[in-house]
Amino acid sequence: MKLHEVAHSRAGDKGNIANISVIVYRQEDYEMVCQRLTSEVVKRHFQDIAIGKVERFELPQLGALNFVLYDALGGGVTRSLALDQHGKTLSSLMLDIEI
Amino acid sequence: MSERKIRLGGGAGYSGDRIEPAVDLAKRGQLDYLIFECLAERTIALAQKRRLQDPDQGYDPLLTERMYRCIPECHQRGVRIITNMGAANPVAAMKQTLEVCRHLNLRGIKIAAVTGDDIPPQHIPPDATLLETGARFETIRDRVISANAYLGASPLIESLEAGANVIITGRVADPVLFTAPVIHAFGWSMDDWDLMGKAVLMGHLMECAGHVTGGYFADPGIKDVENLADLGFPIAEIDSKGEFTVSKLPGTGGQVTEATCKEQLLYEIHDPAQYYTPDVIADLSHVTIKDVEKDKVRLQNGRGKPRSGKLKVSIGYRDGFIGEGQISYGGPGAEARARLAGKIVKTRLNEHAGYDDLRIDLIGSDALYRSNRGSPAPFEIRLRVAGKASDRELADLIGREVEALYTNGPAAGGGAMKSVKEVIAIQSVLIDASEVKPTVHYKTT
Repeated sequence: MKLHEVAHSRAGDKGNIANISVIVYRQEDYEMVCQRLTSEVVKRHFQDIAIGKVERFELPQLGALNFVLYDALGGGVTRSLALDQHGKTLSSLMLDIEI
Repeated sequence: MSERKIRLGGGAGYSGDRIEPAVDLAKRGQLDYLIFECLAERTIALAQKRRLQDPDQGYDPLLTERMYRCIPECHQRGVRIITNMGAANPVAAMKQTLEVCRHLNLRGIKIAAVTGDDIPPQHIPPDATLLETGARFETIRDRVISANAYLGASPLIESLEAGANVIITGRVADPVLFTAPVIHAFGWSMDDWDLMGKAVLMGHLMECAGHVTGGYFADPGIKDVENLADLGFPIAEIDSKGEFTVSKLPGTGGQVTEATCKEQLLYEIHDPAQYYTPDVIADLSHVTIKDVEKDKVRLQNGRGKPRSGKLKVSIGYRDGFIGEGQISYGGPGAEARARLAGKIVKTRLNEHAGYDDLRIDLIGSDALYRSNRGSPAPFEIRLRVAGKASDRELADLIGREVEALYTNGPAAGGGAMKSVKEVIAIQSVLIDASEVKPTVHYKTT
C-alpha cells in the first residue's frame, strides 16, 4: 500500500532544508504510519535528493508527522540548478512510499 | 455584552497573487484589516536591484494595481490595510499609494511606511556566521545587494496607534503583518508569551492566503476541492483571549477544513515546538484543530516562549549566472535520443572550464526526483541542461549548445528554448535586535 492511500502531504522550503508534512486521513491509521514511516525509511526513499540527515517530529493530536530533510534543495532554493528549485514536488514523492 | 472580535482577511500570499479574491474580501468580509503578504526570501534583493536603477522604484510590481482596486472598497468600509509590498523601498511605495489615492479622489487616508529593516553591510561583523553554510560573512561581502532584518510587530503597532489607514513595510516576519493589528486592538502585553504564540499561530495560518482555503491541496479522486477556479481567500476571527477561527466567504470556491489547516500549520515549519519569530518563539506542537461548521475551523492551544532577542537578517548577493537550454524528443526511442543529446551537450560544454555544476534532466522521467524509479519510458521527453558559471557568456553557451542540437544532435529534436539569469542567492546571519532601529514615516491624502 502506498502512503498516498492513507495520508496527505505538503512540502515547504527554507534555504537548503525541505520540510514535508504527512497527515493521515483517519486517526486510526496514525499509529501504523508512525511505526512504518520512520526517518530511516524516508532517508532511503529520498537518497538521490536529500544528502543530509532526516528528522521526524510527531503531532499525535493532529494525526501528523513533520519530516525535516537537510541539504535537500541542491544547495539552496536561490542557487539550485533544479527544475523545481523549492522542492515543492517532494510531497508527492513522499506519498509514493510503500508502507 | 458580546465579546469583541477582530476580523482579518488574507489578501495575498505572494507577490504575484490573484487580486479578485482580495477585492471580494474587502467588499463582503466585514473586515477590520486586509493584509497582503508579498515578500519571498529573494524578493527584496530583486527589488533592491530595481531601486539601484531608479530610486523611485524597488517596491512590489503589483502595488499600484492592488491598491487601486482595494483601497476604494477598504476606505468606504473603514478597513485598514497592512502589507509588506514596500519591499526594498517602503517610502516610495507610500508615495505611490498616495498618488493612487489622489487619482481616486480619496481624502483623509493616512499612510505609514516602516523603514529600518535594511542593514548596511558594514554593520554586519565580517566574522558573522552564515547560517546556511557556516562560512564567514566576509566571503560574500563584496557581492552583497541587500541585507534586511526580519522586524517584529512594534513599528506596525506604533503606526496603528498613530491612526494609519494603510501601513506599508519592507521586511518583517510574515506572521507579524497579522499579529500587530491584534496586539494593537486588544492592547496585549508583548511579554505575554502564550498570547504572542497564539497570534503567531493565527498569522502563520493566514499568511499564504489561498494556501489554507483549498489552494495547493486538490488531488482529484482523493482530495477533491469544489470550484477551485473561484478560490476564496481566508478570514480569521480572533477574540481577546487569542481564540480564533479560520473561514472564507460564502459562495467562493475552495474549502476550509481540518485537513487544509493541518497542511498549512506545518508548512515551512521545522521543529513545531520552536518556531522562531522576532517577538516570540512560538510553540505549535500542542495545537488542536476542529471543524465548527462548513468552511469554518477553530485552532487552539498555540503557546509561546520568550523571544530570543536576535533578529534574522536575510542577505541577497550576486552568485554568478545560471544558463539553461531545453529541447523535446518524442515517439519510439525518445528517451534514448534525449539521453544521447544530453551526453553530447555535456561533452561539448566540458571543453570549456568554469562550470560549477552541469545538470542533465529528462523532464517527464527524472527531472524532479533524479531517477525515474523504474517507471516505463514516457512517449515524450524534454531534455533540460542547466549549469552555473561565474560569467554570463559561459552560462549563455549552455542554451546555445542545446539549440545547436537541431543540426548537430540526434534525430527529431524540437521546441528548443534557452535562457540565462543572474543568480541572486540568499543567506542569513543573526544580529542583536537592539541594533535595529525601525522608523515610521507618514503621509496623509
